[in-house]
Amino acid sequence: MEDKGNQSDKQKEEKRVSGLVNNLLLPLLAVLTGLLAGAVIIAITNVDALTAWGHFFQSPLKALSATWSAVATAYSALFLGAIGNPRAIVSAFQTYFATGQTDTLYKAIYPFTESLVTATPYIFAGLAVALGFRGGLFNIGAEGQFYVGALGSCYIGYSITTLPWFIHLPLALLGGALAGAIWGAIPGYLKAKFGAHEVVTTIMMNYVAMLLTSWLLEGPMKASGYRPVTPTIQTTAELPRFFPDPLRFNWGFFLGLAAAAFVYWFLFKTTLGFEIRAVGSNPDAAKYAGMSVVKNFVLVMALSGALAGLAGSAVVLGPDLWIGEGFSGGYGFDSIALALLGNSHPVGVVLAALLFGILRFGATSMQSLAGIPIDIISVIQSLIIIFVAAPEIIRWLYRLRNIRVEQTVLTRGWG
Amino acid sequence: MTIILELRSITKAFPGVLANDHIDLQLEEGGILALLGENGAGKTTLMNILYGLYKPDEGEILIRGQKVEIHGPNDAIAHGIGMVHQHFMLIPVMTVTENVMLGVEPTRSGIILDKSKVAARIREISEQYNLEVEPDAYVKDLPVGIQQRVEIIKVLYREADILILDEPTAVLTPQEVESLFSILKTLIAKGKSIIFITHKLKEVMAIADRITVLRAGRTVGTVLPKEVNPEKLATMMVGREVNLVVHKNPPRPKDIALEVKELFVRDERKNLTVNGISFDVHKGEVLGIAGVQGNGQTELVYALTGLLPFESGEIHLLGKNMHRPTPRQILERGVAHVPEDRQKHGLVMSFPIYDNLVLCNYYLPPFAKGASLQQRVIISNGDNLIKQFDVRTPSGQVAVSTLSGGNQQKVIVAREFSRPIQLLIASQPTRGLDVGSIEYIHSRIIEKRDAGTAVLVVSSELDEIMALSDRIAVMYRGQIMEIVEASKASKEYVGLLMAGIHPSEAQKAAAEAEQGTEVERVF
Repeated sequence: MEDKGNQSDKQKEEKRVSGLVNNLLLPLLAVLTGLLAGAVIIAITNVDALTAWGHFFQSPLKALSATWSAVATAYSALFLGAIGNPRAIVSAFQTYFATGQTDTLYKAIYPFTESLVTATPYIFAGLAVALGFRGGLFNIGAEGQFYVGALGSCYIGYSITTLPWFIHLPLALLGGALAGAIWGAIPGYLKAKFGAHEVVTTIMMNYVAMLLTSWLLEGPMKASGYRPVTPTIQTTAELPRFFPDPLRFNWGFFLGLAAAAFVYWFLFKTTLGFEIRAVGSNPDAAKYAGMSVVKNFVLVMALSGALAGLAGSAVVLGPDLWIGEGFSGGYGFDSIALALLGNSHPVGVVLAALLFGILRFGATSMQSLAGIPIDIISVIQSLIIIFVAAPEIIRWLYRLRNIRVEQTVLTRGWG
Repeated sequence: MTIILELRSITKAFPGVLANDHIDLQLEEGGILALLGENGAGKTTLMNILYGLYKPDEGEILIRGQKVEIHGPNDAIAHGIGMVHQHFMLIPVMTVTENVMLGVEPTRSGIILDKSKVAARIREISEQYNLEVEPDAYVKDLPVGIQQRVEIIKVLYREADILILDEPTAVLTPQEVESLFSILKTLIAKGKSIIFITHKLKEVMAIADRITVLRAGRTVGTVLPKEVNPEKLATMMVGREVNLVVHKNPPRPKDIALEVKELFVRDERKNLTVNGISFDVHKGEVLGIAGVQGNGQTELVYALTGLLPFESGEIHLLGKNMHRPTPRQILERGVAHVPEDRQKHGLVMSFPIYDNLVLCNYYLPPFAKGASLQQRVIISNGDNLIKQFDVRTPSGQVAVSTLSGGNQQKVIVAREFSRPIQLLIASQPTRGLDVGSIEYIHSRIIEKRDAGTAVLVVSSELDEIMALSDRIAVMYRGQIMEIVEASKASKEYVGLLMAGIHPSEAQKAAAEAEQGTEVERVF
């Protein structure tokens, strides 16, 4: 009897450990490994380091130090650009508390707040894809939903001029969510009604959305002037900013966190969320239990689209204030990777979004300060995702083999 | 007699499980050794070691007294070991000859396949061992029993002396089982040696020369059939005394709960698989639907539970005519369904036990208040059911996928039986379960019947049908051959109906069989 109790405790413990490994350790190691692999790429693309290696036999130390300095310069530029200089931040706060002087403070916190601004659409779009995954659907269409969401918010934002902000702003957000929801619901409906695979239809919907945007920027939504851009939105539709220019940190970030909390509550604490997860994990059992699988396809895609649409709204109503060509920068596509990294869990998505925000924004200063091309960040992001998607590599690299973990199935392939 | 194969102290550990713990086993030349054990006792692991699919952590394998190393199926075949898997490894669109030669294709001048040579050899083997098979027939056209013969021929073609048969009777009708047994007897008469893996006690008693019983990875003992009886074997297998007979009182049937009239159903590939079926089930009785797997039972149950729309006919559930019912409408009318495929329909494997226990009523109070799930109620409900239905698990929080098959089935039974129900539809309720779990689930089903629930049991296991049913409907090719009172039906008679023999002829044949006349084999 006692023996049995011990064993079950041990099993519980093993279960807990393996859960922890799966949810935290593996993504963290994946990020670390991605950064290390990125360092190798930075080193072998650095001219100074390469030259030094050419003279390796004359002065081996020089080769190593040149490599080290190349990598260190790059990553410290990334860190300074994305987070800021910690010492400067501390002293700026001290000055502020002592004298009330804000100039240095704003300057010091600019990098970090701007990283958060970059992370904001990632949070929304990541939640969108994660929700799809939970419902068993592979929403590749976040990019398109992002565009139409932005268009919807933007139109409401600039065309209505007589509303107070507390009506205008929610209306603009709602417009974005609704546009995204419709864009997402179409593939959902096609799947439910005709069995069209959502991967195919959402990819096609992306092209439609992008070309629709181009046309609208050239025509109906074009601001007066030469360039294909929309008019700037009214101040009543803006997401309020916390600091004066150039700091663009705004309400959007906290709306993103609220959205994450909502998605968490919705998925894990409501009957609808229960259905979505059941349909996502085993549609046959869901049908057996009396749930409507096809209804869930439409519902999940609409909600997912609404969240991706809000990502677009957060960009246009927050930092950008208008839409120009190529304005997304691939948020929708990155968010697929991001949802994978976050294990399709709202908390994981927020953490992954912060990482992506930091990498993306830090990359700009890495380019200007250290002369490292911005694309290296895309490479690092891709490497991280490869390591997340193939956890066996990480297990093998770090000798995590003996810990057994069941496979979490994100989607069930085609069909 | 000489020992042709000996396993000494074989040990194999998987993370967290000791699958084989110093197992010893001896196979006599020209004998049939039955390897008996519950699911998870380590039978399959042991045979996979013998076939070279796993490497043992410890222990040795001796063939004819010589120590051998087996690194893969090819080594095993070279040592004369052949395996007939539970799930046949045949390619349906190929002929018998093509299937047999697969992997060892003989050629003429290096490139041209020499099929006629193989076909001739197959005829030779067929004749030698009484295995009638047409070499040019396509495998997809053959009944399951014959497909199994093809597997055996495959093994013999590769000149195996030691045949391992993994649960060979799971897919066969009673008549096919008998003909398999006579084949096995021919094989040993010609000097082959056989390991027969099973968890069915009666088969073991009928065919084995010696019986080795495994439990929880250990050898419990090796016995001769004449020294034991099924009860004793069951005790060895399970480790405690087991009730093999379902004790039940005579039924007290009341009103009709389910009435089916002229039902036609097409399966997902649009084949008409249920072909005009009518029957009824009363409250307080068990109607058993017997039949070999694949005679329309699956689709019948799907239609009754709303998983598949039916073509025509009527389903009256508790007096209400159900037109195009959805699964939820059926559930809400008080129907419980223990599905045939527990992992496909019965459970969401990645969900915790708690959530699986409310899979059908999560949206109803007390489990939900409006849209919000009442986690605390769901957990206390789960803890109660886990205790009540004896689900063996460290906690209700773990995913069902971590449970054994028997415990997974208990989760389903707990969920379905704990709802207020009028009709219970149980499809293959004990498939793949061990003796202990079967005993438990059978007694629960009878309990429900005695409480006045109408019960429909669908099973391809004739023993199960005979044990549970008050009336038996036999299905063959989408139709009901006959509905008989269980108390008046012999097992032989029902078996013949399952094979599609017309009732009048079946009656005659069954009567003859009872008088000891040799019954002409169906296949």
